[in-house]
Amino acid sequence: MSFILVAEQILNGLQFGVMLFLMAAGLTLIFGVMGLINLAHGSLYMVGAFAAAAVAGATGSFLLGLVAALTAAAVAGAIIEVAVIRRLYKADHLDQVLATFALILIFSEGTRWAFGSFPLFLDIPDWLSGPVSLPGGIQYPLYRLALIGAGLAVAAGLWLLIERTRIGIQIRAGENDREMIAALGVDISRLYTLVFALGAALAGLAGALVGAIQSVQVGMGEPVLILAFVVIVIGGIGSIKGAFVGALLVGLTDTLGGIFLPELLKLVTDPSTASTVGASVASMAIYILMSIVLILRPTGLFGSTA
Amino acid sequence: MIPERLLNALILAGLLAVPLWALAADEPFTITLATRVVILALAAVGLNIALGIGGLVSLGHAAFFGIGGYAMGILAHHAQTYTALDLGLFTVSGTKSMPVIWLVATLASMLAALLIGLLSLRTSGVYFIMITLAFGQMFYYFAIGWAEYGGEDGLSIYLRNSFPGLNTLVPIHFFGLCFAVLCLALFLHARLAASPFGLALNAARQVPGRAEAVGLDPKRLKLLAFVVSGAITGLAGALFADLNRFVSPTMFSWHFSGEIMVLVILGGTARVMGPVAGAALYVALEHWLGGLTDYWIIFLGAILLLIVLFARGGIVGMLSGRRQAGD
Amino acid sequence: MTDPILATHGLAKSFGALTATDDVSVELRPGEIHAIIGPNGAGKSTLIAQISGALRPDAGRVTLAGRDVTALATPARARAGLGRTFQISALAMEDTVLENAVLGAVGASGRPWRFWRPALRDADLRARAEDALARVGLAEHAAARCADLSHGQRRQLEVAVALTLRPRAFVMDEPMAGLGAEGSRQLTAFLDELRHEAPILLVEHDMDAVFALADRISVLVYGKIIATGTADEIRTSREVREAYLGDES
Repeated sequence: MSFILVAEQILNGLQFGVMLFLMAAGLTLIFGVMGLINLAHGSLYMVGAFAAAAVAGATGSFLLGLVAALTAAAVAGAIIEVAVIRRLYKADHLDQVLATFALILIFSEGTRWAFGSFPLFLDIPDWLSGPVSLPGGIQYPLYRLALIGAGLAVAAGLWLLIERTRIGIQIRAGENDREMIAALGVDISRLYTLVFALGAALAGLAGALVGAIQSVQVGMGEPVLILAFVVIVIGGIGSIKGAFVGALLVGLTDTLGGIFLPELLKLVTDPSTASTVGASVASMAIYILMSIVLILRPTGLFGSTA
Repeated sequence: MIPERLLNALILAGLLAVPLWALAADEPFTITLATRVVILALAAVGLNIALGIGGLVSLGHAAFFGIGGYAMGILAHHAQTYTALDLGLFTVSGTKSMPVIWLVATLASMLAALLIGLLSLRTSGVYFIMITLAFGQMFYYFAIGWAEYGGEDGLSIYLRNSFPGLNTLVPIHFFGLCFAVLCLALFLHARLAASPFGLALNAARQVPGRAEAVGLDPKRLKLLAFVVSGAITGLAGALFADLNRFVSPTMFSWHFSGEIMVLVILGGTARVMGPVAGAALYVALEHWLGGLTDYWIIFLGAILLLIVLFARGGIVGMLSGRRQAGD
Repeated sequence: MTDPILATHGLAKSFGALTATDDVSVELRPGEIHAIIGPNGAGKSTLIAQISGALRPDAGRVTLAGRDVTALATPARARAGLGRTFQISALAMEDTVLENAVLGAVGASGRPWRFWRPALRDADLRARAEDALARVGLAEHAAARCADLSHGQRRQLEVAVALTLRPRAFVMDEPMAGLGAEGSRQLTAFLDELRHEAPILLVEHDMDAVFALADRISVLVYGKIIATGTADEIRTSREVREAYLGDES
């Protein structure tokens, strides 16, 4: 196992992690501010990917595709927030789960109806394709590197938005004391729609960016949604910082586990058993990580202990 | 409005009458549909104990359904290939006997429910939902990677397993068997709900502080409920696998966890007969709407949304005119 | 002097910079009603939470009948003989009055794992529950749904559930809260009798009830007990007058 392979896998893990962060950040923000568990977040990821693939396919412009993804996901988010979600803020978790599950059914089948069952493809633009040479002789796809950069840039932007802007102050206040900020004259229902649309846009962006390296198909958001939940459980609910650390941990564990666990097992057992058992255990690595966090810190690494 | 007891009796009688009519009319497919209703209802009865009485919003019950299914698949696979099942310390042979398969399916599901419950009950609320969902997904990926038992393609079982005194290949026999198991599970639910344990669990859901103040430990009550719940859903998984003579990782899919929950809610949470009414409606919609359009799931989603937003008592609630179970 | 049934020894708890209880030692002796009074925010709720087991103290101990229960969680303390009532009624609203009382009896029986026989058909559980309901005057409402009870009836049921435990000591958090004059008078008379079964640590805002009932009163201010004594001693205590009235004389 060479240094280059390890370095590549670490970069893959980072890339996976920052994309998970885009999903988890929206989910955790929506939970933190509105107290809502949104299963349909994966559908918004899918909406973003389909919008990007459709618009990029029609115009030939990847950037227009990204703009379309952000817009479509944000608009879809705002529409479901106004039509359905806002009736659920005071409802119990069971109602939230059921209603957002119903939204998944509607989104998935609606997309299948509109686009058919065959996957769409979103091409990496020429100016981002091909490998780049990194120090140490590593050849790494430029596009994946760009994903890491984009993810980190969004994370930084989100941090600035929440820590340094008026909207951010309102969001943080909304997490602590809804009645008070309503009393201070903040239009709470507009704030909620805004936060929901922001979370949706992040999910749509992730869907579009990842859509260029995977196929764009119905149901693509759900495995990511569940991983984003694992991220939130590990990071602590409502915490953006927790989502960031959790996402990188999950991304790296999943990617590196798939490489190292079979290798580690080869030290104690024969190669063929090691690779089959190793693959099974590697697929469970992030859940094992989640279990360990649950045992040590049930409220997550950055969750409030109260 | 119909009294709930009478309504319950009508639902069961209807569920029994449809396949008997189909037998007379020689419509075996309808018997299979009714069997599907019964098995899905059984899975939902399992969830209803955790969700309805204990308030545990588990989005991971497909794990138990799948474990039950794979218990059947693995045992029958070894029996039909005449291979031994290597358990590390010793080997056993497979079996085609339903009672043995059911026992294994139940015990394996209970063990999984105990482990998942111990971890996920360290938290509550929305964490619990996310964690059960995640563990369910873990089993899904594990099954996909399990090449020995078909991986993504799953396992086919050529002949339905056997039950002493019945010919399970005859649809109405298998229906009767599943129906009897469902009735037992419903009876267990009814007894459990009224028992000291049910009362304590019910209080642990509604007012955990009160339960603690009278010396009860809400977590332990919920853990036991989760284990019993997992066992019943696991048994349903074994029957479902036998109905289709096929198991695959899709039994573990989280969509199925969502669907079992939908069955409970369609029927009415915490009502004994809710899962049966829900399963019957679900299969009827699937069959009827599915015949009209390929995209019937959109309508299912819309119906579910309307029920959640406007009719929380479910079918049993609407027909009996009582919003809450136990009114 | 008889040994106390329930006692706290130097309990302390702070939340960040806020000291909620500071070296609180109170004793509850057999047959007495010991009232804890103090202004809002004095730490009464924190004290109750520490005694009942909901909150771990930073320092100090709780003993029940001579046994150190500091390490026990709430359910274990209840089983050891601590019966508490809640300031805001904590009742299973979907259930009937009888079911709520039977719940207490199930807890007291220590056998909540029986899952086959209906709880309401268990003669022992039912007798214990009905006895408790009769004593607070709720017998004829046994079949009513808890959600349909008046506020006063809920307060009575709150006491009845604690009675089913037949505890060694009661901890009552504002049992009079929201009761009318007649309700307060009846409950006062009832508690007056109840103290002979098991002593009562009473946190209460209704001063008429406190001064009518309490054998001893402790005054909690800013997390500290500033005075303990009989009703007359407290009325004339300089510290208490200072704390409540800012009286410097």
